[in-house]
Amino acid sequence: MAKLVLEKVEKRYEGFHAIKGVDLAIDDREFVVFVGPSGCGKTTLLRMIAGLEEITGGDFSIDGVRANDIPPDKRGLAMVFQTYALYPHMTVAENMGFALKMAKVPKAEIVAKVSQAAAMLQLDKVLDRRPKALSGGQRQRVAIGRAIVRNPKGFLFDEPLSNLDAALRVQMRTELVKLNKELQTTMIYVTHDQIEAMTMADRIVVLNGGIVEQVGSPLELYNNPANLFVAGFIGSPKMNLLDGEIVARDDHGAQVALADAGVVTIAADGIEAGPGTRVTVGMRPEHTMLAESGPIGGVADFVEHLGNETLVYVKRPNGGMMIVKADELAGIRMGDPVTMAPRTDRASLFGPDGRALIRRTFHLH
Amino acid sequence: MSEAITKTGGLRVTGRSRGSRQVNTLPLLLPAVALLLLWSVLPLLRTLFYSFEHYNLMSPPAVLNGGLNYRYLFTDVSTWVAIENSVILVVGVLFASIVFGTLIALLLNNDFPGRNVARLMAIAPFFVMSPVAALIWKNLLLDPVSGLFGWLMMLVGLRPIAWFSTDPMTAVIIIYSWRWIPFATLILLTALQSLDTDQLEAARMDGAHGFARLRYIVLPHLGRPIAIVIMLESIFLLSAFAVIYTTTNGGPGDATTTLTYLIFIKALNDFSIGSASAAGVFAIVLANILAFFLIRAVSKNLQR
Ligand SMILES: Nc1ncnc2c1ncn2[C@@H]1O[C@H](COP(=O)(O)OP(=O)(O)OP(=O)(O)O)[C@@H](O)[C@H]1O
Ligand SMILES: [Mg+2]
Repeated sequence: MAKLVLEKVEKRYEGFHAIKGVDLAIDDREFVVFVGPSGCGKTTLLRMIAGLEEITGGDFSIDGVRANDIPPDKRGLAMVFQTYALYPHMTVAENMGFALKMAKVPKAEIVAKVSQAAAMLQLDKVLDRRPKALSGGQRQRVAIGRAIVRNPKGFLFDEPLSNLDAALRVQMRTELVKLNKELQTTMIYVTHDQIEAMTMADRIVVLNGGIVEQVGSPLELYNNPANLFVAGFIGSPKMNLLDGEIVARDDHGAQVALADAGVVTIAADGIEAGPGTRVTVGMRPEHTMLAESGPIGGVADFVEHLGNETLVYVKRPNGGMMIVKADELAGIRMGDPVTMAPRTDRASLFGPDGRALIRRTFHLH
Repeated sequence: MSEAITKTGGLRVTGRSRGSRQVNTLPLLLPAVALLLLWSVLPLLRTLFYSFEHYNLMSPPAVLNGGLNYRYLFTDVSTWVAIENSVILVVGVLFASIVFGTLIALLLNNDFPGRNVARLMAIAPFFVMSPVAALIWKNLLLDPVSGLFGWLMMLVGLRPIAWFSTDPMTAVIIIYSWRWIPFATLILLTALQSLDTDQLEAARMDGAHGFARLRYIVLPHLGRPIAIVIMLESIFLLSAFAVIYTTTNGGPGDATTTLTYLIFIKALNDFSIGSASAAGVFAIVLANILAFFLIRAVSKNLQR
């Protein structure tokens, strides 16, 4: 049980401002994922929460108690390191029970807790082994077990799956989410893999250059990216971005004249800009359609048949590239001229400062 | 003597780890092995032969005398005294190297201004030649009249100790420790620097501070390098000679006569090649028995 609140939290290294004022409230039992490009400060922020890195500005509190100066072992948070950081000279059981031993918990209780966690993580058969004699996935689970045994208020994960092979990664992903539900604890998970972020998170925090770009549920980030950075970062393949200018606007949307292309219509109830504004239109590959006599022209440069879908890489006359997710039976071949149109109800619109001009509410049916 | 130790040790370790390879490595090994045989086994055989001879340089010629040299060796009290002295020297210096080497390494592993200079200074004694070190210690430091320590003791009102007459073995151990603690420090310091920072941070999250951290994380990590220090230093210390020769000449009496020094006395003071060879062969056997257990312990430690 932990509600973590960060207020204007900052980290200044000597000569480098790594975290530039982060405001964030993480609810009890929430699974929050920090995502962002390399060097954006994910690890730093997580380590500040863990207490391994000093917080140089702002306030951090756990369940309403200011925690800036509480030492890491007293914060009630457990961390799983990317390298696992298992103690090589201890057995699996000793590794898992080490924190309890340090806390002077009676031996019998340690044994009970360790075997309980081991059963949960299917480690009961390897309790007497040293970490060296374990597979990557088992080591990973020992690292998680070491955290579970402490019965922490919250778990902190720093790219815990990046050393595993693809299949194991997918399996561990679901297991971690299950664990979150089972243990009913807060979890913060750092990754630069947006698929991990999308599949695991209750809420995603997108970091960039030490600031929070957007916080929201995976679908919120996907459908309503707050700015160009988030739009480009979330979603794979990347969102197509085209420059243009609003030429007309009414209550149901706007007409945007694209550079090197025709006029597209974008449907939205409210658009925070008038005619004459320079904008960027964003359309995801899955929301870009191959349409006869569509306003955007180009030549199919490369076609990838993935089986369940076909990706068409289109070269625009101005040299830019666009990606279209098409029906596999579209029959497009390399070199074919194509014309495209956005799905008017899904395209995004960004102002000159990169901020989103449209916010849509989606209802699942 | 040290060659004999490394040789058995070396073969033992490689022999164990090679098993799984398919390539026939014999032709590749042959030149080196042949050279090694020529260089170490021939002298060994020669020594073995001499050890069964009455061969004194002052009264040639040499004649075979059966096992007489060995009988004298084993019945001579000074042999056992020498062995005891060797053991005291090796164990004493090893103890000092590991305790102080670990402490100094832990200290030097911290961040403080002038750390690099301090590291250099801590390692430097290792590069001073033994006879030079011995002379400096004997005449400038431990001497009751002209030595620094005597002067310091007088300053606080104590009588200076004449180390080399009252407690010569301790003095020799101090000098050898002064040379070998830096070696231990060097090895242990590099080991400390290779300790995974993630592991230390995990320990921090687990609540291991100060002594607990040392006891459960740092010292276990140093197990291997300590084993290596023990092995290498025992090999070198068993054949220690220069400091004893320069400071005490094995005396007073036989107080600092180690097995190595005893062989030297037999050969070059008594000119008795035969009995020196017998003592040498005995020393080789002893050293190999020791090496066997040492290597076994160390390789067990290394395989972890
Ligand atoms: N001790 C330090 N001194 C100065 N700058 C540092 C220090 N540690 C990290 N930084 C800088 O802080 C920034 C954030 O680092 P951080 O490790 O948090 O990145 P990250 O988001 O975890 O990246 P990655 O995905 O590559 O792990 C980086 O630009 C890094 O160079
Ligand atoms: Mg990182």
